[in-house]
Formats: sequence, C-alpha cells, structure tokens
Amino acid sequence: MELAPLAKALAIGLGAIGPGIGIGMIGSKAMEAIGRNPEASGKVFVPMLIASAFAEAIAIYALVIAFSIK
Amino acid sequence: MTEPINLENKNTEATVETHEEISHEATLYAEPIGHIGPLPVTNALFTTWLVVALVIIFSVVLRIKMKQIPKGIQNFFEFIIDGAMNLADSVTGDKKITAKVFPLAFTIFIFVLINNWFGILPLGGFGIIEMTEHGKAFIPFIRSGTADINTTLALGLVAVIGSNVFGILSIGVWKMFNKYVNLKAFGEVIKKVRKEPAILISAPIMFFVGILELVGEFAKIASLSFRLFGNVFAGEVLLMAMGAILAYILPLPFIGLEIFVGLIQAFIFSLLTLVYFTIAATDHDAHDEPARPPVTGSGGKHTEHEHSSKVVHAT
Repeated sequence: MELAPLAKALAIGLGAIGPGIGIGMIGSKAMEAIGRNPEASGKVFVPMLIASAFAEAIAIYALVIAFSIK
Repeated sequence: MTEPINLENKNTEATVETHEEISHEATLYAEPIGHIGPLPVTNALFTTWLVVALVIIFSVVLRIKMKQIPKGIQNFFEFIIDGAMNLADSVTGDKKITAKVFPLAFTIFIFVLINNWFGILPLGGFGIIEMTEHGKAFIPFIRSGTADINTTLALGLVAVIGSNVFGILSIGVWKMFNKYVNLKAFGEVIKKVRKEPAILISAPIMFFVGILELVGEFAKIASLSFRLFGNVFAGEVLLMAMGAILAYILPLPFIGLEIFVGLIQAFIFSLLTLVYFTIAATDHDAHDEPARPPVTGSGGKHTEHEHSSKVVHAT
C-alpha cells in the first residue's frame, strides 16, 4: 500500500487545524474590537493582519512538508 | 473474432495515451526553459526578468513624464504612495524610519504583487514541449517568480539581513550585538549584584532570551519565504486542479481569490519587512529611560500624533 499520499494528506490536514482555529480567533476578536469601537478599525486592521500572518505561517510549514513528502 | 477487435481497441487506446502524455504537472521547483551558457534559465527566472523590466520601464517613463500638477496615472500613483506612506507611518510610528525604510518596503510590495499576478495571467498556453524521462512534458514560459522558493528565499534574506544592517546603522554595533549575545546582562551582574541579588537569576535568563532572538532571525527568514512561496504555489496548484475538474466556470471564483491572495501576500511581506526594520531600529533599553520618546508604534503615541494632527486641521 502506498502511504505517501496519506502522509501528505495528514501533514496538511492536521497542520491546518491549529492555524485555522488561531486565525478564526484573531478575526473574531478583531471584529469584536471593531464592533466596540468602529473608529479604531484602521488601527485594528494592521495588527490583525500581522497576527494572522504569523498564525498562517504554521499552516504554510505544514504545506511545505506536505509538498516535500515524496 | 472478438480478439482482433480487442487488440485494435487496445492499440488505439495506447496511441491516445501517448498523445495525452504531453501533460503539465505543477512541480515544486521551477523548470528550465533554456540555457545562457552554463546557467539554466527557469520559467520563474524568465518571469522575474520580465517583471523587473516592466517595472523599470514603467517607472522611468512615469519619472520622465512627471509634472508639478499630477494628472491621470501620476495622480493615481501619488494617491497610492500617499496612502501607503500613511500606513507605514502608523506601523513604524516614526517619520524618520518610514522615510528610510519605505522605499525598500514599497519596492518589495510592487515586485511581489506583479510577480504574484503574473502567474494568474492567461498566458499559460505559451511554452515549450520537452522530452523527460516520463515522456513529453509541457513547460510554460510564465510561472510566478514568487512560486519559486529561490526568489522568496532571496527576498526573505534581503529583508532580514537588511533589517539587521539597518539596526546596526541606527543603534550601533554593540547594542545590536547585545540583542543576540547578551554580554551586557552579565556586565550588569557585577554592577548591581550588591543592590539586587535577583539579577543573578535574571541575567542568565536575559542571555537565553538573546539566543532565542538569534534563532528567531532564522525563523523569520523561513517564515517569510515559505509563506509567500506556499501561498502562491498552492494557488497555482489550486487553479490547475479546479481547471481539471470543470474548465472555464469553476476556476473563475478561485481566480478572484488568487488575485486577492496575491495582493494580501504582497502586502503582508512588505508590512513584515517594515515591522522587522522597525524592531531592529528600536533600542531594547529605551523603555528604561522615560526621558527619550518611544520609538516603536505604541498606542499612546498614536493617539497623541492623531490628536495633534487634528488640532492642526482645526486651526
């Protein structure tokens, strides 16, 4: 049985769970903050993007591993 | 009677298969389309040159036609530059740092953006057919430069090494060195150990944090380059897979998504470059001396900034 496709799927599938939850939480908190103080949306936006970029980076590591499994 | 027909069927199937073997697969690495001397020119390299040439020609033409009163395309770009400058100011929190770092960050933004969007252009049909060990393979001329790990790795190295050089230029070699190999923490043990003995414990911790920051610099390179590469390359694979499932209709929303992802990734890359430069230019000990104005974009400074600008507007 060929295990490589399964390994690829597991690598990206499991690796995407954490960042998915993380980006969801960042987004929800940012929405909450903007809802409380709509004037601050410009200030919330950039740190939100940076934080989600850091969270997303972990999914990208998983993606690279998934691509590099032969 | 049935046997020869079957054989014939198999034969036609075989010929069809050899015809269809001219296929293109999304490879992890850029494929060479030609050679200049010993240097193989990959399609990603070709696209990057194309982008560089486009940007240079466009900016030179724009520079020659520049007028005091902006009109048309110059107006548009002045609007963009102005907005980006304001955004960069809110990230760095210091106009001087923005003036120094903004050209690099915005150049990276433009370069990455156009490279990302080049991969989505409907030019995938142009290419060459080459013999490989698996049979004939189609190699397109156009592949996003950022869909090649070499390009993004180079950009990440430029960003991180540049930020360190910028840090040395702005706060000095000794302070920059102490950010990573914290000899100053041990030096303070001798000075302060009589007054506060707790420093015996905190100094090794400070030293270890410095080592962590050193590791963090390499993590920065990896995350910058892999994020951009992963996003753009995954986008190409996604578009290809969607095109294979149902051509023309199904890929459309995903092309829209890829245009958005290309913009966001270019934005994030340049934004993180700005953030790294700002962090490098910030003195760690600055918050110990309240007399100095804070360099980083802290919340308090922003409101003050905006308040003063509002006052200026009001008057």
